Amino acid sequence: MEILNEIRFSMPSLSANESAARAAVSAFIVQADPTVEELSDIRTAVSEAVTNAIVHGYRGTSGRIDLVLRLLPEREIYIRVRDGGCGIADVKKAMEPLFTTAPEEERSGLGFSVMESFMDRLSVRSRVGQGTTVTMRKKLAAHGS
Amino acid sequence: MKVDIKSENGTAIAALRGEIDHHSAKSAREQLDSFIINMQPDVLSLDMSGITFMDSSGIGLIMGRHKLMRECGGRLEVKSPQESIRRVLRLAGIERIVRIT
Ligand SMILES: Nc1ncnc2c1ncn2[C@@H]1O[C@H](COP(=O)(O)OP(=O)(O)OP(=O)(O)O)[C@@H](O)[C@H]1O
Ligand SMILES: [Mg+2]
Repeated sequence: MEILNEIRFSMPSLSANESAARAAVSAFIVQADPTVEELSDIRTAVSEAVTNAIVHGYRGTSGRIDLVLRLLPEREIYIRVRDGGCGIADVKKAMEPLFTTAPEEERSGLGFSVMESFMDRLSVRSRVGQGTTVTMRKKLAAHGS
Repeated sequence: MKVDIKSENGTAIAALRGEIDHHSAKSAREQLDSFIINMQPDVLSLDMSGITFMDSSGIGLIMGRHKLMRECGGRLEVKSPQESIRRVLRLAGIERIVRIT
């Protein structure tokens, strides 16, 4: 993978960092001159992944969340969100629309659906007891199109 | 997120401002629920024109208030969401459950 630019950061799983992560992503991707819609889509997808790490991954505990933001050739944005939390036993099931393990907390099971539809590519790797890594990519529309 | 509720003749408008995420939804939920339970409005309209960001936590916030309003014999509506917020609402199919104007 040819990487044109990259930022890595790590933060504790505090809910206040949901907006901090979005702000960092905005700051990083403005260099690729995204449309308002593209920026909003990417911010929303990142917010979902970070919130999942906090709400589910580190449920009842706390830990660190590692983010990698990359600018790839052809105006492609790459984002990786990793937690060292509880992990997901059945990733395929977890990714089904409306599947949630926390309905009593007003979760609706739509986070992965949002990531999937707002980004071009989504991959989720997880191991129970070890954590979860969400990788997403989105190609920004060519300038002038 | 800021919540500002005005009420007249059984119709209440809650103006929401800022960003809705898991972090900010908690206090908004508490403010809206205490208003609903104490005032029992016939209609509660969430004015979302001042919301600049919303993820799936906003879906939970809207659906939760929709259920509570229905339990109290009332109805929830969503008013004037910006385009980026409409895309999240559409993906969740909210417009089939809650009136969006
Ligand atoms: N980082 C994670 N660690 C552990 N479990 C996770 C993680 N991310 C997601 N999950 C599991 O996958 C399920 C589905 O996630 P998804 O984001 O789609 O929905 P949700 O978080 O439950 O609800 P919503 O995102 O709509 O508020 C979660 O309920 C949880 O069980
Ligand atoms: Mg989620």
